[in-house]
Amino acid sequence: MPRRTMIEAIRDAMDVSMGRDDKVVVFGEDVGFFGGVFRVTHGLQAKYGKSRCFDAPINESGIVGSAIGMAAYGLKPCVEIQFADYMYPAYDQLTQEAARLRYRSNGDFTCPIVVRMPTGGGIFGGQTHSQSPEALFTHVSGLKTVVPSNPHDAKGLLIAAIEDPDPVIFLEPKRLYNGPFDGHHDRPITPWSKHELGEVADGHYTVPLGKAAIRRAGSAVTVLAYGTMVYVAQAAAEETGIDAEIIDLRTLLPLDLDTIVASVKKTGRCVIVHEATLTSGFGAELSALVQENCFYHLEAPVARVAGWDTPYPHAQEWDYFPGPARVGRALLETLAA
Amino acid sequence: MADAGMLRFHVPEPEVRPGGTPDFSNVTIAEAGSVPRPDIDVDPRTIRDMAFSIIRVLNRNGEAVGPWAGLLSSDELLEGLRHMMTLRTFDARMQMAQRQGKTSFYMQHLGEEAVSCAFRKALSPGDMNFPTYRQAGLLIADGYPMVTMMNQIYSNEADPLKGRQLPIMYSSKEHGFFSISGNLATQYIQAVGWAMASAISNDSKIAAAWIGDGSTAESDFHSALVFASTYKAPVVLNVVNNQWAISTFQGIARGGSGTFAARGLGFGIPSLRVDGNDYLAVHAVAKWAAERARNNLGPTLVEYVTYRAGAHSSSDDPSAYRPKTESDAWPLGDPVMRLKNHLIGLGVWSDERHAQAEAEILDTVIAAQKEAESHGTLHAGGKPSTREMFEGVFAEMPAHLRRQRQQAGV
Repeated sequence: MPRRTMIEAIRDAMDVSMGRDDKVVVFGEDVGFFGGVFRVTHGLQAKYGKSRCFDAPINESGIVGSAIGMAAYGLKPCVEIQFADYMYPAYDQLTQEAARLRYRSNGDFTCPIVVRMPTGGGIFGGQTHSQSPEALFTHVSGLKTVVPSNPHDAKGLLIAAIEDPDPVIFLEPKRLYNGPFDGHHDRPITPWSKHELGEVADGHYTVPLGKAAIRRAGSAVTVLAYGTMVYVAQAAAEETGIDAEIIDLRTLLPLDLDTIVASVKKTGRCVIVHEATLTSGFGAELSALVQENCFYHLEAPVARVAGWDTPYPHAQEWDYFPGPARVGRALLETLAA
Repeated sequence: MADAGMLRFHVPEPEVRPGGTPDFSNVTIAEAGSVPRPDIDVDPRTIRDMAFSIIRVLNRNGEAVGPWAGLLSSDELLEGLRHMMTLRTFDARMQMAQRQGKTSFYMQHLGEEAVSCAFRKALSPGDMNFPTYRQAGLLIADGYPMVTMMNQIYSNEADPLKGRQLPIMYSSKEHGFFSISGNLATQYIQAVGWAMASAISNDSKIAAAWIGDGSTAESDFHSALVFASTYKAPVVLNVVNNQWAISTFQGIARGGSGTFAARGLGFGIPSLRVDGNDYLAVHAVAKWAAERARNNLGPTLVEYVTYRAGAHSSSDDPSAYRPKTESDAWPLGDPVMRLKNHLIGLGVWSDERHAQAEAEILDTVIAAQKEAESHGTLHAGGKPSTREMFEGVFAEMPAHLRRQRQQAGV
């Protein structure tokens, strides 16, 4: 089976979708001729023409707003916001328009759009190229939120998102674009070509939205993670020797609660890891759900490891980033509790 | 010599406030028939002055004059008059229903009926409007059932939107009327996107974007102009300048730009101003802009100069922010009266027939209201079920909503 980077896998998902369905259009800043600042859309304009893949003005509200109009017409836009940090001007269009169009019109108009955006830090991007705003989407009724952690899933989830009849936010952990980064920034990264989840089948396949994956089976503690933190958690488990069960959520909304509850009931302990800031982060929702559904099975308080509640700093990036050492400490404390 | 002393902060003020004498002497009104009608493929650079004039067809004597006249037959004009009268009567009844507590909220069109009623007749089947809350004439003039509108206003058991939306936030794809958001300006860029999609699909349909003078200050207005200009989208960009954004006079949004139409000039978009109280002028300009869009000539910005004779909504009292008699002083008159006088001048209408039509329309509206009220009003009779509240968030209900519906016991 061919091996692909996450960038190639996501590009392949759009390529396959555009090839199968004329209604799929791709646009965003630098997305057309150049192929995007991360080169994710490279080659799509040459292959499908300027009507199907084109450059947009630097106007995120305009990109999402026009995509909503296109979807109302009957197209299936898959647009790129260059960095998740740039989505705020589009937030009104996403939350009050895309998310509610089906509901408010009772299905008269719908909004099958995908909004892709690179998320997370670890590239010395400073406060405006590093954010993880997933909780700002999961809090909104009417949006689905997906965070893939590997090339195989990224392709299958993106095709599923494009085929979904409702708006989907597709957050691409940019630190994973070229390999399964585990938080050890001082070590060379393993390329996806050497990782089994870098195997990406040709052609069409989907990974269904709303299904988590167990990345590492274990019995001592459940770790809930998504995106880059899946690999950070794996490194922490290996380095502490703790028999952790690591769940890659893949889709935050709709959430695969059944897989979470089954695991926590088995292990009796739960550590939640995300890169986004702690307060009101998606971990708070996860923690509440674990408490509501697994209270009588819990043997320790649910722990959260997250980005500190500061803006994402530049020079102190690795002090901010919740790396394997912090996750490892949380695992040890949760086991000792 | 410039004054280099202390800086002074500038806040624009309307000419007159409550208690003062209405004064529209600053509104320059072009003679009817005086503004030329260029070919639709005109170079936008050569018609920049049209963004500062006002295209008018009906003169003071009620005659249709000049190059924009002569597009509509007297039957079509009689139909247009009936649409405007129907909208006015519909508004009066629904405004009263709101005061009677049968619904929570209402917004009427008083004085602005010509804009949406005449515009609708310039479009073709399949074209899509992205309206604001004050374009119900698009529905009335397209034959959308009044009972259905009322069911929506009452949020009753027959409400096509299942009680999910504020009154008057209609939606009808079939009638080319995009779901109203209640947000401001968001629909403007969506209309451009819809038009882009039509062009991408090599279709023949066009879109119409709608916005009020106040909301042109929103960034989505500028987003729409950028995208429409860049991609030459087949869209008509409508700005309804009714002088007032709730209590804020149009100068707060307009700033120093002279007119709202002039906003389009920097984008290279042909930008016209039209007498919004002149049914014939609105229709003729809309037709011109729609033809441009359909012929791959791109967007046109049209500013309708009109006056909001009523309150912004059922929730405000205009006498708190403008003179009570201001609407009587408005120099462009009343759209219904002007079309009525024109038709009388043509010899196809009379005061008697007008009075008779008013009575007939009132009967029709009352009958529709009766039927709608048999399905319930906001606080009485049939209403959408609580169970339906949980439906339609997504195409397929996810597990967490199913659990919450269970918790709610429905």
